[in-house]
Amino acid sequence: MPKHSLSPRQYLILGLVAISAPLGDSCLSRGMAAMPPITLAHPVSLIAAVFTPWIALGIALLIGFFASYLTALSWADLTFVLPATAFGYVIIALLARFWLHEAISLERWAGILLITLGVGFVAQGPSLTQRPAADAEESAEREPAVPEVETR
Amino acid sequence: MTISLPALPLPSTINPWVAAAMIAAVVLTSTTGEVLTAAAMKSIGDLDVIRAHSGLKGAIRAVLTSPLFFAGVFFLALAFFSLLFALNHLNLSLVGPASASLTLVTNAVAGKIFLKENVDRRRWASAVLVCVGVYLLAH
Repeated sequence: MPKHSLSPRQYLILGLVAISAPLGDSCLSRGMAAMPPITLAHPVSLIAAVFTPWIALGIALLIGFFASYLTALSWADLTFVLPATAFGYVIIALLARFWLHEAISLERWAGILLITLGVGFVAQGPSLTQRPAADAEESAEREPAVPEVETR
Repeated sequence: MTISLPALPLPSTINPWVAAAMIAAVVLTSTTGEVLTAAAMKSIGDLDVIRAHSGLKGAIRAVLTSPLFFAGVFFLALAFFSLLFALNHLNLSLVGPASASLTLVTNAVAGKIFLKENVDRRRWASAVLVCVGVYLLAH
């Protein structure tokens, strides 16, 4: 049976993917809402916006998101990484509930439950599709210490 | 990056087919972008290993010399602009959740067909659950 052998470091990167995207978006949204309306007639004001604290923080978080997202895609399947990313919405909703004391409707609680279930499902399976050719050398390269039980 | 939402509470003047086409454009371009990016990263190999061998600069160079990566980023940029375009005509409460949740399912389909990922029953179930969940949460 293929199992996923993610290291703590890889879990950390998946966590960064999940949390940095919604946090970055929230920072951008907060920063842009505080700006006076920007029109295309004055594009220079957009450049000024980049240097305001919330927007700069948002951009930094989104750069961090993209870097960790690319890293995750280099060792895990797209269909494994995407539900993990969606879990970020749950984290943000829970932060909003318990930290900012925002009300969460019944509908949203249902959404939180479904996403959590979905992520739980996918997390139980393998993180990477096993490909016969690359398989042997990869497992040899990655985990020389762990004896793998070959079923094929 | 500013998103000016229409002042109307509900864009009732918009043909539902046109609205569906706008959302479809966002979903298709972002799926294409995600699949190309994922293919690029798979062809580059484990970034953690590359970084251990040739440092952060080596890892960045490996990503930035991949044509597939730029094709992916091109489509992700296209997805971003089609999202802005759709937001100009439709409400955020429709476009946001619809595109975010549909993309999960189209990515599962595209991942199976183009990336040959092993999308088993578990992953299908997860894609559908998260899809409905994101819709409910973002709505």
